[in-house]
Amino acid sequence: MMSIPGDLPAWVAILVSVLVLFGSGLTLIGTLGLLRLDNFYARVHPPTLGSTLGVGCVLLASMAYFTAVESRPVVHEVLIAIFVTITTPVGLMLLVSAALRRDWTAGDPSVPLPPDLPKPKAKPEKQ
Amino acid sequence: MSAGTILVWSVTVAEIALVIAMALAAYRMLRGPRAQDRVLALDAFYIAGMSLILTFGIETGETVYFEAALVISLLGFVATAALAKFLMRGEPIE
Amino acid sequence: MTRVLPYPFLSLFLLAMWLLLNQSVSPGHIVLGSLIGVVGSLAISTLQVPTARVRRPLALFRLAVIVLTDIIRSNIAVAKIVLTPGRKANSGFLTVQLDLRNEYALAILSCMLTSTPGTVWVNFDSAKGELLLHVLDLVDEQVWVDLIKNRYERLLMEIFE
Repeated sequence: MMSIPGDLPAWVAILVSVLVLFGSGLTLIGTLGLLRLDNFYARVHPPTLGSTLGVGCVLLASMAYFTAVESRPVVHEVLIAIFVTITTPVGLMLLVSAALRRDWTAGDPSVPLPPDLPKPKAKPEKQ
Repeated sequence: MSAGTILVWSVTVAEIALVIAMALAAYRMLRGPRAQDRVLALDAFYIAGMSLILTFGIETGETVYFEAALVISLLGFVATAALAKFLMRGEPIE
Repeated sequence: MTRVLPYPFLSLFLLAMWLLLNQSVSPGHIVLGSLIGVVGSLAISTLQVPTARVRRPLALFRLAVIVLTDIIRSNIAVAKIVLTPGRKANSGFLTVQLDLRNEYALAILSCMLTSTPGTVWVNFDSAKGELLLHVLDLVDEQVWVDLIKNRYERLLMEIFE
């Protein structure tokens, strides 16, 4: 069970609660969208809820809580924020272009043609 | 109900929500249907896991959890990038 | 100066990261962090990365504020789409003609668009200047084209070109 220091101001506790609930709620909605939407390219979008505002709110909550508890500024969570904001878009872009290439070489007519590829082959691709 | 009780309950609720989020991502990872869906689900899975570890940090008041979250944020990206490269060309390193 | 510190901002950034990671500003850590900053930027200089020229640094802050508000707004929009029962997302691909050519500006635009929920950067054809995007809520194409052209591209061109 969680032990809360007695001198924690009430407004900090409320702020941390709101931020934690909001961030985890957004992450949950993001993965719900991952389950609900019907094609891969649409499914790319919802997880970014978790990786932008979701993680952001949890990091802010952690910063606020530890700053209040240790009564000194604790800001090293900024590092995670920097890494996540730089790395998630790059990973997603790589993944989307890989998926496009796979769909395209499989001869899926619903995706647009990347300009730097040869003509599609008719044979279907293995999983 | 004091503010401290609200904090305890909301952290617990947040942890449950994040565990459900990880379970949903894991379900998509198992179901697929294609390889890119699984990689995308892995990406969402580790982001939710990182948030869960950060809320564990708030719950226990330990700063050790921060380092674990930092390592997850770095290794998760490397995993996604390597898997995406693998899907693109059939080999992770060219 | 340029031989010892080829990328001064990168060195400063590495120093700041080191201090944040150790949570201290003691002289020892400042010396170690500076050492890492110098060695790191020397290592990067062997890759011969072209340096960026930022014309208007203040506009970068304006861009950051715009991106932050857009991320919050589209978080809510995408959450609504996911939570509305029975709603089919009318997602689709979209081509935008860009005038932007600076590599750093394009890199920033790609990260901005991808980290905003609802839009993903797919491909950029640098010969034709055509950007291929995937949009989750593609009701009116013109709205998205206007958003990218007027809200992001103009500001990025002000900053970098």
